[in-house]
Amino acid sequence: MRRIRTVLLPPALAIVFAALLCAVALLISGDSPLTALRVMITQVGEGTTAVDIVNSGAVYYIAALAVAIGFQMKLFNIGIEGQYRLAACVAAIVGGALVLPPVVHTLVIIVVAAVVGAAWAGIAALLKAYRGVSEVISTIMLNFIATGLIAFLIKPDSFGVLQGNNISTAPIEPSGQFPGISFGSGGTLFGMVGVAALLGLGYWFLLNRTRFGFELKASGESPTAATAGGVDARRMVIIALVLSGAVAGLVGLPELLGRDFAYTLTSPQGYGFTGIAVALLGRNHPLGIALGALLWAFLDKSALALDNVGVPREIVLIMQGSVVLSVVIAYEIVRRYELAAEQRRVAAQLRDTAAAEKAAEKVAS
Amino acid sequence: MATSAAEYAVELTGITKRFPGVVANDDIHLAVRRGEVHALCGENGAGKSTLMKILYGMQQPDEGTISVDGHVVRFRSPSDAIRAGIGMVHQHFMLADNLTVAENILLGAEAMLGIGGAARRRIAELAATVGLEVDPRALVERLGVADRQRVEIIKVLYRGARTVILDEPTAVLVPQEVDELFDTLRTMRADGFTFLFISHKLDEVRAIADSITVIRRGMSVGTADPASVTSRQLAEMMVGSELPSPETRDSTVTDREVLRVEGLELQAESGARPLLAGIDLVVHAGEVLGIAGVEGNGQTELVETIMGIRRASAGTVVLAGTDLSHASTLERREAGIGYVPEDRTRHGILASQPLWANRMLGYQSRPPVSRGGLLGLLDRAAARRDTERIVAEFDVRTPSVDVPAAALSGGNQQKLVVGRELSGDPVLLIASHPTRGVDVGAQAGIWEELRKARARGLAVLLISADLDELIGLSDTIKVMLRGALVADADPATVTPEDLGAAMTGADDGRGAVA
Repeated sequence: MRRIRTVLLPPALAIVFAALLCAVALLISGDSPLTALRVMITQVGEGTTAVDIVNSGAVYYIAALAVAIGFQMKLFNIGIEGQYRLAACVAAIVGGALVLPPVVHTLVIIVVAAVVGAAWAGIAALLKAYRGVSEVISTIMLNFIATGLIAFLIKPDSFGVLQGNNISTAPIEPSGQFPGISFGSGGTLFGMVGVAALLGLGYWFLLNRTRFGFELKASGESPTAATAGGVDARRMVIIALVLSGAVAGLVGLPELLGRDFAYTLTSPQGYGFTGIAVALLGRNHPLGIALGALLWAFLDKSALALDNVGVPREIVLIMQGSVVLSVVIAYEIVRRYELAAEQRRVAAQLRDTAAAEKAAEKVAS
Repeated sequence: MATSAAEYAVELTGITKRFPGVVANDDIHLAVRRGEVHALCGENGAGKSTLMKILYGMQQPDEGTISVDGHVVRFRSPSDAIRAGIGMVHQHFMLADNLTVAENILLGAEAMLGIGGAARRRIAELAATVGLEVDPRALVERLGVADRQRVEIIKVLYRGARTVILDEPTAVLVPQEVDELFDTLRTMRADGFTFLFISHKLDEVRAIADSITVIRRGMSVGTADPASVTSRQLAEMMVGSELPSPETRDSTVTDREVLRVEGLELQAESGARPLLAGIDLVVHAGEVLGIAGVEGNGQTELVETIMGIRRASAGTVVLAGTDLSHASTLERREAGIGYVPEDRTRHGILASQPLWANRMLGYQSRPPVSRGGLLGLLDRAAARRDTERIVAEFDVRTPSVDVPAAALSGGNQQKLVVGRELSGDPVLLIASHPTRGVDVGAQAGIWEELRKARARGLAVLLISADLDELIGLSDTIKVMLRGALVADADPATVTPEDLGAAMTGADDGRGAVA
């Protein structure tokens, strides 16, 4: 019961607070909050919206997991953005160039993406471990370099092909695509949604059931105590960042293997930063991140629906921003409240045991 | 400063303070007369530190009142306390090594007399009061521990303190320096300063205090008259039971070598004098080798180098015939070294993790915590069971093994750490200040466990600033000075004073310490 309160109450409070804030913003701009709310809810049942939400949610989920791995060790991998884009680009080039049997082709593309993401993050990891360069700075810089590198890679005279006004990589043959689940007019669910769920499960398992997860959390909590306990801090930094990069490498794949089949100049950007917000929203917990990712995707879709009824779509940005801020604040408020409650509880408990001990001491002497 | 005719300089009434997991202070009363040295005794975890933090405004009491010179006051922060004339000298000095003595004193107090001639004159006056003889322009990093302490005292006096809280001021001093400190306190007492003196060392308390307040388990037990009370009676008031002694009975030393360290060297990062130079030592099964030394003479570095946390620049470390000179910390632990670090909060525990997760630290690769395998699966049920064993065997007082380690008092945390490091049949235990900041009850428990392990054939490398503990537990004592082992002593014959002299380098090869 207490657990439910500490875990679920803060995000619920945060969402209510963010909704109120948006309502105020809507009232000021002369729109009806109730209309907006109705539109946001009814849109879910229309067309492909529900499936779209789950599809984007899966992308955000993978990105947030990548961020969360770093967060466990107090490492801030801002470079998810560059890692996933470069990984998707290289994976698309490799996937488009190869001719392999189905399944194997797909697997190769996934592995290439993970390896590229890991390698790109590995640069930041080595700089951090051996030269003490802050991973925040180096990953931001690597994001810019990745953008340049991608532009070079998909030039028609490198690996790209000109398609109308757009430049893209060579399309991936159906053998390399990841088949989805079709809901007819309801849209097609990316097959990678299942992979995202498996990643979440793996993240949970790694963190709570393995030596690596323990060492990761110990290093995050107290690097000095971890060192004294035989954890190699340098190794942990490298592994954590590389692993984060490998997961980040998969962020672009649901769309690449389920919808686009090629990396283009106009391939979506910004998932890496969304991932940071979602990881914060989900407090690094695999289930929390999943809910956060779905909420974020739902709000994204609401922007379109709101636009259709003339409510400014920017209201969604206000909602997203305020929900992240208020989650952070709400957890703090609930934490303090719980601390006070715990104090009262333990004080009462210790008084009882102290009395019992005194009685026992009397018997013993 | 308005001094009224009130009887007490400081009076605490009915102070209660609760933390998660502990009632640190429970209706405590403390009355300190003006111009006296008032000692506050109690086990660690009894609530002394909390009480002093409340008096110094670092924490707010849940209940109770503080009066200064008869007026009820409410301190929201240490600056309120300083304004009321109360200053605190912390156990761990808070000085900037790279600034001069004068700069350290003036830092944050520039508004009082500026930083010019007036300030210099005031510092000179205060230096005379506390007997500081070094040039105020000297860098603090060049000062010895006793002088640093004087600088700390001047710092609080400069800010206008008439009542000074001294938190375990003798813990870092050798016996000769303690005598000097006491002389200073006596002179200052005559000048009308009031001292609140916190200490574990009961002989010292009796030597310096005009009155004593004892607290136990967060409650004030009563006051004692130092003229008539014995150390034993005091200790019994503190513990509520018999006084433990660190003495080991029969020698259990064997001729089987467990640890052999040869020519160990550690270079300083700045390239100055090496931190460790030519360290040779051997610890046998069933032997406790004690290292005596003033803090900062390389004991920490020695321990961390043997543990592989620091990389030796030369020399070998051999454990039971296996060369570990280039092994990682984890490999050394797996080879059978248990390690009780000197600072448990920084190096020993994961404060927000439950006790059973703390049991895994350092053992994450071994049964019972690990199931092994490629993934290194953890056996959480076994870790939990084994934590329950430690809690029972080592008398760790906790509601359950699921509470975070931070909820435990210092003594109980330490018992958990010692219990953990004695798990899995180590062949060598490196114990750095194993009973520092631990109450008398827990201290006795830890000594007893060390003795039992020694009898089973464990080799122990003991580092301690508590000379009684060192002499009482050790089979052999080596003295460490400026990164080298400079002398041996026989614990059967050596006195704390002899050891103190050897530790400061004042000893010129006199009898007991050679």
